[in-house]
Amino acid sequence: MFKRTITIATFIACFTASAAQEVNVYSYRQPFLVEPLFQKFTDKTGVKVNVVFAKKGMAERLKREGKHSPADVLLTTDISRLVELQDKDLLQPVNSSDIKQAIPAQYRSADNTWFALTTRVRNIYSAKRLGKIDFNYEDLAKPEWKGRVCTRSGKHPYNVALVASMIAQHGEVKTLAWLEGVKNNLARKPQGNDRGQVQAINQKLCDVALGNSYYFGNMLKDEKQKVWADSVYINFPNQSNRGAHVNISGIAMAKFSPNADNAKALIEFLVSAPAQQMYAETNMEYPVRQNVKASELVSSWGEFSADTLPLETIAKHRKTALMLLDKSLFDL
Amino acid sequence: MISGNRSNLWKIISWVTASLLVLPIIVMLMSGLSATTELFSHLWDTVLPTYIINTLYLAIIVGLLSTLFGVVSAAIITQTNVYAKNILRWLLMLPLAMPAYLVAYLYTDLFDYAGPVQRYLRGFFGWESPSDYWFFDIRTIFGAGVVISLVLFPYVYMLARTAFELQDKNLHRASRLLGFNTFQTFYKVSLPLARPAIAIAVSLVLMETLADFATVQYFAVNTLTTAVYDTWLGYGDLSAANALASILMLMVFFVVLFEQKARMKQRHQSNRPTRGSQVILLSTFKQILASSFCWALVFLGFLLPFLLLILMAYEYASLDQLEALISTGVNSLELSFYTATLTTLIALILVLYKRLHQDKLRGVPVNLAGFGYAIPGTVLAMAMLATFGPLDNFINELALKVGIDEPGLILSGTIFAIVFAFIVRFSAIANGTLTSGVEQISQSIDLAPPSLGVGQFKSILKVHIPMLKSSLFIAWLLVFVEAMKELPAVLLLRPFNFDTLSTQIYQLISDERLEQGAIGAILIVAFGLIPIIWLNKNEDKV
Repeated sequence: MFKRTITIATFIACFTASAAQEVNVYSYRQPFLVEPLFQKFTDKTGVKVNVVFAKKGMAERLKREGKHSPADVLLTTDISRLVELQDKDLLQPVNSSDIKQAIPAQYRSADNTWFALTTRVRNIYSAKRLGKIDFNYEDLAKPEWKGRVCTRSGKHPYNVALVASMIAQHGEVKTLAWLEGVKNNLARKPQGNDRGQVQAINQKLCDVALGNSYYFGNMLKDEKQKVWADSVYINFPNQSNRGAHVNISGIAMAKFSPNADNAKALIEFLVSAPAQQMYAETNMEYPVRQNVKASELVSSWGEFSADTLPLETIAKHRKTALMLLDKSLFDL
Repeated sequence: MISGNRSNLWKIISWVTASLLVLPIIVMLMSGLSATTELFSHLWDTVLPTYIINTLYLAIIVGLLSTLFGVVSAAIITQTNVYAKNILRWLLMLPLAMPAYLVAYLYTDLFDYAGPVQRYLRGFFGWESPSDYWFFDIRTIFGAGVVISLVLFPYVYMLARTAFELQDKNLHRASRLLGFNTFQTFYKVSLPLARPAIAIAVSLVLMETLADFATVQYFAVNTLTTAVYDTWLGYGDLSAANALASILMLMVFFVVLFEQKARMKQRHQSNRPTRGSQVILLSTFKQILASSFCWALVFLGFLLPFLLLILMAYEYASLDQLEALISTGVNSLELSFYTATLTTLIALILVLYKRLHQDKLRGVPVNLAGFGYAIPGTVLAMAMLATFGPLDNFINELALKVGIDEPGLILSGTIFAIVFAFIVRFSAIANGTLTSGVEQISQSIDLAPPSLGVGQFKSILKVHIPMLKSSLFIAWLLVFVEAMKELPAVLLLRPFNFDTLSTQIYQLISDERLEQGAIGAILIVAFGLIPIIWLNKNEDKV
């Protein structure tokens, strides 16, 4: 039995080691989102795309594999993962004038090691029964919302990034006070996922909730969840001041990429207009390429202004954000 | 007893195997030693005390409930004439096939304020808001404890049932003759005799509970594993995360110690399970009570979640999903088969080494090998990378020097790492089951073959292994089912384009689309059911 295990192990090893026109991707993004794009890429270039999908520990795996790592391209959601890879010196810069031109500066690293592919807003959903309201994130801590706010865990990367952007704007002391205020206003202990919060609004458990923009589109497309989405407005916060907090899904090339040319080709392909169009459509996100429009449904939510602070700057406050979340006992 | 050259070989194999299994854990602990104290004091000042209290609280609830569920149901099945006993007998094992994270996902969804049950109640009674009525809050430590107990109690049930069945019924008769009633006999004779088996099973349940992350997360309960993940993935401090994981290890150490202390003085010389022994005849009222208890466990631990999955599959599934699942299903089966077989074999070697050898330290290897169960799968996966990554690099450097093609990451980048991680993680299950089985064998049997001039290995093959057959099957089955369900280690260690059923479901759950993974989930459960049902059918023969 063991012998057979080894045979199979060696077989797989040989398979992954032989590098004939392929590109290896470590992906935090779900296969169903990216596979159609990879298929297009393969059709166009003849380069086969191999994927491993995982969320926790990809950076660590890459680090441990060191210079023998088979990984070429890393595909992630959330700015923090990209910055983590960058901080651990696991990436290499990709110099491409096309990419630079296509992506706004706030959504790529200054050293060209990572790039956003799509953007998503951290929205505030509010019950339709309240009428249209203009929100600032800061409002969630106001006494008038006592017992009316819902959110998923504060430690979720999307919320951590939001808290980091608050620190970038207001500093630590004010942000801690804000967190304590929001915690006091919670209708229930942070739990569930973003869609669950909209469901809770629909069931009148709370009136406002934090949630990413694409979930709204995905709920509208789902027969059962459409009812939930129909009972809320999607609000773009802080429109009269710094703009809404935006997070990204992004891409980077591994430091020891064995198929660097193919990796670069894949990155350029994913930034190209047709791929951007497709990417944005499948998951209701905003394309990062400036001249590509969001899907019809997403566009129908209206224009908005986004926080222009570079994500790299916001990400620097991540650790502090986590500490403040601990300090305010936000999830407990 | 065993002596001589072969005995030495056995000893060496036992120690080497145990050391290999404990190696990743040592690597993890070493990394923990280099942790800085700064982050620790921050955690200690803020959330850590609550996490620790939650962990203890959860362990106590799960410990008590799974003992209650498992022992009472085992007693009902073995000692009474409860209705539909032959069906219940194996139905009570089925919750094992249900991944806890899946049941957690389904139940939090079902019983949540916004979930269908409460929505229906509100509609029916015209309630408007949470203040209009009371409904238990599923997202609490207690809720998590109940659900974890519902899927893990079969460990206790199976080991307790086997122990009850193997008891010498003459002891029961003696007890009755001495004037004890049936309840007293159970309490004073059967239960103490089954205590070692129960202790082993409960300690397994507790280890699984301590290592759990996904399940408690759905209940919004923060435990020590939350802290492990926060420090590693949030703060990016793997050393501190490993140090926290060592606290978990310490807790397990106490669980193991407690379990062994609890049954140290127990030794049973008599083991003559007599068939056709008397069962307790239940009155109608007690019959209803006993039946409801067992059926409630089966319903909540298996039937209800399974039904929910089937409904989801019915609503969302399509045929091409099924086709795509075949290759992933084969991967799952293959991994589980290797893992179950190797783990059981290793457990047999270690447990018999402890039983049949004279060395003072003969019990150490089997204990060492069992520690992996309490390590959260992801943390274990990291330890595997830390252990085999450098080894791989060494191999590749060597290959370069010798002038042959680099073989790539043959250890850390292939299913070798996954199977190894599984064995580390699930050894405790096989060890526990076999230990419990060995203890049911009278010591006099060890001595009989040598005294009759039969060789030692022959005696093991002809005497011990046949007597352990049922334990061996249970061990294999439990590991197989666990490997089928295990997620985090595969997720992180798998090679390119390699999916198992659990990774596929995880991908869908993490996108909040379990509906589309319903068929895969059903397959996991179904593959887990096959050996359970097979075992049940062949039980009389083995």
